[in-house]
Amino acid sequence: MRLADLTDRAGEWLRGEGPMHDIVISSRIRLARNLASMPFLTACSEDQQRQIAAQLREEILAAALETDMFYVDIGRASQTDRQLLVERHLISRQLAEGEHPRGVAVAEDESVAIMVNEEDHLRIQVLRCGLQLDRAVEEINRIDDKLSEHLDYAFHSRYGYLTACPTNVGTGLRVSVMLHLPALKMSGQIEKTFRAAKDMKLAIRGLYGEGTEASGDFFQISNQTTLGKEEGQIVEEFVKSTIPQFIQYEARARKGLLADNSLGIDDKACRSISLLRSARTISSEETMYLLSLVRLGVNMGRISEVDMSTINELFLLTQPAHLQRILGKEMDARERGEARATYIRKRLGSD
Amino acid sequence: MKFKCDKCGKPATVYLTEITDGQKIEKHLCEACAAKEGVTLKLPISQLLEDFILQSAPGEVADRTCEVCGMSFSQFRKKGLLGCPNDYDAFAEALEPLLSRAHEGATQHIGKVPHRAGAGQRKMNTILKLRAQLHQAVTAEDYEQAARLRDQIKELEAS
Repeated sequence: MRLADLTDRAGEWLRGEGPMHDIVISSRIRLARNLASMPFLTACSEDQQRQIAAQLREEILAAALETDMFYVDIGRASQTDRQLLVERHLISRQLAEGEHPRGVAVAEDESVAIMVNEEDHLRIQVLRCGLQLDRAVEEINRIDDKLSEHLDYAFHSRYGYLTACPTNVGTGLRVSVMLHLPALKMSGQIEKTFRAAKDMKLAIRGLYGEGTEASGDFFQISNQTTLGKEEGQIVEEFVKSTIPQFIQYEARARKGLLADNSLGIDDKACRSISLLRSARTISSEETMYLLSLVRLGVNMGRISEVDMSTINELFLLTQPAHLQRILGKEMDARERGEARATYIRKRLGSD
Repeated sequence: MKFKCDKCGKPATVYLTEITDGQKIEKHLCEACAAKEGVTLKLPISQLLEDFILQSAPGEVADRTCEVCGMSFSQFRKKGLLGCPNDYDAFAEALEPLLSRAHEGATQHIGKVPHRAGAGQRKMNTILKLRAQLHQAVTAEDYEQAARLRDQIKELEAS
């Protein structure tokens, strides 16, 4: 299994299936862990960072996890490969852009990605499509147990798992659920939704995590509190109350749009698909925006000419690094615009 | 390049890209106007640290330094990241109010405990400290001292 084999598929989290998949794109859980015998990354010498990377690479690959893992040395990966991993949500931008020794271990089905030397020595992540947090937390727990058989984690009887940033200390557990909320955006209720999230001590981020803006109506909701609650409680709050609440807001907004202006929805969805089928050059922002409307139209049963997996795949495969990988060459923004439009027309059967 | 806030003309610190109807709109805002728009791009930690600086008497904890990694509390405030596990003890009284604000009042972990927690963070902190000394000894080309420290570390790791 190599990176090159990833490009032609959409990856676990974008399969477009799973519970509540019309609104919930994916569920992600991550655990932050550090080695007890080493300083945190910022205080490490480069030598120590190299030592940590080598040790963790070896431990992860030897740990006999349930799925086969392959390891990518990010420092040695090309710019396009790093970007590709970011676009697939397997690594953070921070990991892609660093300059120190670092890497990621990825499960062949892409449901697990373990970042080495990101902000913490270890960032274990499990990704699932739709709302599958229960399954994700069980799996990440097993991985964490396996790894801790051979690794001494930095752990404090009072503060729990110690992390470089005190906002992650305790469980080190962050739950992130990616939601598609086009109706809330369209009906001008998204700010209200954000405020509600803030009151619930949740963080809302864009498609690509920390520091990124929301694009194409996708929003990531995650917990901020990691200390003073059990892992199971954090997850349960998300499964039983937080996420159902956001799903309900969006579902209500969709119903409202349909009742007030179904012609408007049909018009938006149909125009979007026509634009995608006829554009000769298109930016990734516009692609994202149009696909989001098509996705909404399909989910609401207003249009049926495209299937969900095609839409989900296009979200990913039209992004810069994927496009360059599919076409096998480096391209500047202008060339990509043309290539993107051509690729979309081909996939939507208009060429 | 310095931008001014689109709304009030103060220096902009928040750059926002909004995509509405497929059009990219770039906004430059100061923090106050961004907050009015419902945007909080600040990492929670920097907000917390800032609140904390405003509240605590400067100089008191700011000068304290962790004896294991050598990081001072004021360095942590600048970076937002701690240097080593021992910092949690070294800066405990300064960190607790911050933890409490970040975690809905909690300062005590009640979740999972690793299987090998018995290994003891205190022992690990000693190893960390010896490692730092080892690094210094090697830099100073004091190889006798380095060899001694290396043995000590090995011994502790094996125990």
